[in-house]
Amino acid sequence: MVELALPKNSQVGQGKTWPVPSGGRLKEFQIYRWNPDNGQNPAMDSYTVDLDECGPMVLDAMIKIKNEIDPTLTFRRSCREGICGSCAMNIDGTNTLACTKGIDEVNGPVKIYPLPHMPVVKDLVPDMTRFYAQHRSIEPWLKTVSPEPQREWAQSKGDREKLDGLYECILCACCSTSCPSYWWNGERYLGPAILLQAYRWLIDSRDEATGERLDNLEDPFRLYRCHTIMNCSKACPKGLNPARSIAEIKKLMVERRV
Amino acid sequence: MSSTSSQDQRPLSPHLQVYRPMLTMMMSIAHRITGVALYFGTFLVAWWLVAAAVGAGYFDMVNGFFGSWFGRIILLGYTWTLIHHALGGLRHLVWDTGRGFELDQVEFMAKANLVGSIVLTVLVWIVGYAVR
Repeated sequence: MVELALPKNSQVGQGKTWPVPSGGRLKEFQIYRWNPDNGQNPAMDSYTVDLDECGPMVLDAMIKIKNEIDPTLTFRRSCREGICGSCAMNIDGTNTLACTKGIDEVNGPVKIYPLPHMPVVKDLVPDMTRFYAQHRSIEPWLKTVSPEPQREWAQSKGDREKLDGLYECILCACCSTSCPSYWWNGERYLGPAILLQAYRWLIDSRDEATGERLDNLEDPFRLYRCHTIMNCSKACPKGLNPARSIAEIKKLMVERRV
Repeated sequence: MSSTSSQDQRPLSPHLQVYRPMLTMMMSIAHRITGVALYFGTFLVAWWLVAAAVGAGYFDMVNGFFGSWFGRIILLGYTWTLIHHALGGLRHLVWDTGRGFELDQVEFMAKANLVGSIVLTVLVWIVGYAVR
């Protein structure tokens, strides 16, 4: 359902302004905070960091804030090099990975929110349960009926290349949570990340469940809520193009009928 | 993790409120809005045709309304809506073939749609006044 406004308990208030350090190259970070334990609404806290004493990425500043200013600031992070997808969040109005987003890419205060339209567990940590369940629903593994080969399943170079631009997806959910269709219909629409994954298995030359996979997607909501809004492809921190994958699935749907 | 009551109280993270407005996103919602507007625009055409069938007097009245400054503003809006939505449809047709998904192409098509709809609307009205 389209609900433009946030529910009462989700409206974001003004939070705490933390002490500003003296001197240096100062940069303000406004960060979404929500504590499940005190019964209050979310609020934006203001932290100021001296960039001369900080690494170049938004994640560097966040870790510095957590280490030196406010240890209660909660966020997910792991690899700090754009391969794990943990630190996906909304920075400066678009979804991206905090570890690959340069602080100098942002003019003015750096505003940081959790991935949009998600239930918040704490601060910048969204509940990803539904996203992972949707991923499971497309059965993201090789399905075959042929007897297993003696060695590995062989694939030509050309067929392998079809997976380029797909296998790189790290399931960070930047794309899905940037998509207005996913915001309004996320219970039933699979969203760009999961559909890109679905396409990755549909065009895998070794997979033998293409028809079954298409049957599973042939649904007014699961696939066809994509209206090519393009937020997904613009958001992808890995430079992938989920919108194109979805278009390719729609083409497969037509092709198998003619 | 077991289900607790705190799960029900979880806030929804901000979405439209914080997402940076982008041309492509705006063009998508414009396509939807013009589509809905065209639904009502079709009533204008139907009204005009019905008026012609009803009789000369009624037709003159309806024609007079469309000819008034207010009527012309409505028709100008209808013209733009129709052309904007039609060009948007062409954009979707290109996408349906799997083409035009590079980010620069997407941006170009969005701008072309917007500029094209304004230019064509002006052209239609120039031609309209010229043949009047």
